[in-house]
Amino acid sequence: MFDHISIQLLAGQLLIGLINGSFYAMLSLGLAIIFGLIHVVNFAHGAQYMLGAFVALLLLNVLGIPYWGALFIAPVIVGAFGLLMERTILRPLRGLDPLYSLLATFASVLIIEGLMRLEFGSSGLPYRSPMPGGINLGFMFLPWYRGWVVVFSLAVCLGTWLLIEKTKLGAYLRAANERPEIVESFGINVPRMMSLTYAFGVGLAGLGGVLAAPIYQVSPSMGSNLMIVIFAVVVIGGMGSILGAILTGYLIGIVEGLTKVFYPEGSNLAIFVIMILALILRPNGLFSAPEKSR
Amino acid sequence: MTRYALFALFAVLAVLAPFQIYPILLMTILCFVVFASSFNLLLGYAGLLCFGHAMFFGTAAYLSGWMLKHTALSIELCFILAALAMAALGWLVGLISARRGGIQFAMITLAISQFVYFLLLRAPFTGGEDGLQRIPRSALFGVFDVSSNVALYFVVLVFSVLAIALFYRIVHSPFGEVLRAIRDNEDRVESLGFQPERFKILALTLSAGLAGLAGAMKAAVFQIATLHDLSFHVSGTIIFMTLLGGLGTMTGPMVGAALIVLLNDELAQFGEWALIIQGTVFLAVILFFRKGVVGEIKARFWKPAKS
Amino acid sequence: MTSDALLSVENLHAWYGESKALHGMNFTVRPGELVTLIGRNGAGKSTTLRSIMGIVGKRTGSIRFDGQELIGKRTYQIARAGIAYCPEERAIFSSLNVSENLTLPPVLKPGGIADSDLLAQFPNLQRRLKSPGTKLSGGEQQMLAIARILRTGARFLLLDEPSEGLAPVVVKEIGEQILRLKAQGFTILLVEQNLQFARRVADRHVVVENGVVVDTLDAETLRTDMDRVKHYLGV
Repeated sequence: MFDHISIQLLAGQLLIGLINGSFYAMLSLGLAIIFGLIHVVNFAHGAQYMLGAFVALLLLNVLGIPYWGALFIAPVIVGAFGLLMERTILRPLRGLDPLYSLLATFASVLIIEGLMRLEFGSSGLPYRSPMPGGINLGFMFLPWYRGWVVVFSLAVCLGTWLLIEKTKLGAYLRAANERPEIVESFGINVPRMMSLTYAFGVGLAGLGGVLAAPIYQVSPSMGSNLMIVIFAVVVIGGMGSILGAILTGYLIGIVEGLTKVFYPEGSNLAIFVIMILALILRPNGLFSAPEKSR
Repeated sequence: MTRYALFALFAVLAVLAPFQIYPILLMTILCFVVFASSFNLLLGYAGLLCFGHAMFFGTAAYLSGWMLKHTALSIELCFILAALAMAALGWLVGLISARRGGIQFAMITLAISQFVYFLLLRAPFTGGEDGLQRIPRSALFGVFDVSSNVALYFVVLVFSVLAIALFYRIVHSPFGEVLRAIRDNEDRVESLGFQPERFKILALTLSAGLAGLAGAMKAAVFQIATLHDLSFHVSGTIIFMTLLGGLGTMTGPMVGAALIVLLNDELAQFGEWALIIQGTVFLAVILFFRKGVVGEIKARFWKPAKS
Repeated sequence: MTSDALLSVENLHAWYGESKALHGMNFTVRPGELVTLIGRNGAGKSTTLRSIMGIVGKRTGSIRFDGQELIGKRTYQIARAGIAYCPEERAIFSSLNVSENLTLPPVLKPGGIADSDLLAQFPNLQRRLKSPGTKLSGGEQQMLAIARILRTGARFLLLDEPSEGLAPVVVKEIGEQILRLKAQGFTILLVEQNLQFARRVADRHVVVENGVVVDTLDAETLRTDMDRVKHYLGV
């Protein structure tokens, strides 16, 4: 059967898988950081990713700020929006069952997506690629921009991981993840740290949105379906495991790409089949941290 | 005494209602009352947030729709078979997900429901994006014609009352007590020698069966089954109904279901604003009225709550 | 109360959720003193420390420290006022190594012990700096938990049962460390079940029962009038 599968098709789908995996990794990374510290399952993550794409689009169309500017400005704007959400709807729910914050972020998705559809309609809007053209690698054509997305998102994931594992700030985060009240008793403003962590995770989602804008169509619902895939990724990787989220993100993207080559009908299902298998075979998550008392 | 009087009043109202109010609206309310109760059994009594509950509702709608359309089975058999099939699906989902509690259970069930969504999108008998249309209302017991709205209303009413009675029996049984104990303190239940996982799986099985009944009836009421019935928007709506009415109260989610169906009926004319308003009300309930309508009323007027 | 007190607790009530744990505590600690809270299990000793630190659901009354009212302040503000807290379960972070654990608390004000001096004072930790915090023995974890709060500059220490679950020889070592801290001028409020231990280090003992202070004993009384002590502790 392999005769029918050209190397171009395989390489092409692998690249698409890697691109999708880049977004899965960046988004589930943010979700894992947020969940790890403030125990909020941020259902709005997909909507915040969508906002990142729209902010980039508006910066370009209204203010004439090009992609490279948006890459820095949009995550800050979306992060600030996250800060506002944290103050208004998440902080009042702190200390309650995390189900409430999950539902609150879910409700905010209805509002955010609804308002965006009202303003921009539901059809996708194009965002011109900042790096047109590409290079012929012999066995495949690699558009410059896609190569950039893979490299840049890898750098972001690696940078975030190093920030958390190797720096003082990361040590505060890891410690507060375990025992927030003890870290606060050392004189650290943990509530503010939690808000900023949420904003950071949301900013990462916004950054993902900017990266996605030239590849996918910018539309109010672009984050919804992605969100469920991200949930599956986080479940497979183990909740709150940073490295697990990154690795699983890329892994799932690539597996999905390969499924498209060998069994196209099943590509939508592959993630969920993996999730179910992972739940049966590794009930605590593929990369889960050792059991912690809760 | 007042209780029986209330029941009698309800019975009279239920019988007279379809002659005054549009029966489709009443049947929609009944379907969602059953659906919301099934969800309440999980979240309100077992503490399990199933974020993909629409998978049982929507899949049952397809199953019952397909059976009504392509087999000679009578309508009540179609409902029952669809409900049983969903109970089996609930059991399977429970096997996969019950080991992980709380928030992970929510994420897993959401993902599984999306899986089922894609499966049905590809399945040959679902009609793809169009869904199943022009579903007939087969005769009751193969004899009585129930194709009129009023006649079908009474079928749906009887099934709904039976479903609620079953729900009541489950909640007030020893099994229901164990579920509540698991919700409040799972470790303690485990230390008493119970296996919480088994109880959760059984709860999910029963709840999925009830949700399946609701979906099966819905297919006959609207004579259409689509992928929208399986979408996570429907899952979200059912959570909203339950919370709005009052989590863990017997009647709250039923009240919530009725309120939301009526609200959606009103909001339908506002198009895009409907979801925005729904989201805003939902958010307000979560932030300010976590007890829900019935919960708040109980807290104010039935001070010494028995339970 | 006495104006020379560093910490004065008056009519302190505290709750965990719905259940009330403290019912009007009154006591003071003077600068440079080492005071223990003694009493049975569940009497409210640990809760008192947590209330001072602001780690309880709700508290009322008055806790004055160094001229400031602590009720109404958040935990991190209380820490910045100059109080350091070492919890009963030690709370060594498993995702941090010994060195990271040791230097996690930030230097908030002058007066703390420099890192190099800390390692000199707790030589056991020196050799284990790179190992994960929770790989240390119980005694080493206790040393680490105490050592790390000394760098912040806080001069008032709340220590919750540092001797708990440790071998006698280790308890002795901890006792010496605590006496050394006192000699270095730290004021210490210590929760202790181990009477031998308490007797060896403390100036004064505050007896807690059912969330209130029922007696205060000086070191001399604890040494001589064991019957009275046994009466309180039911030993």
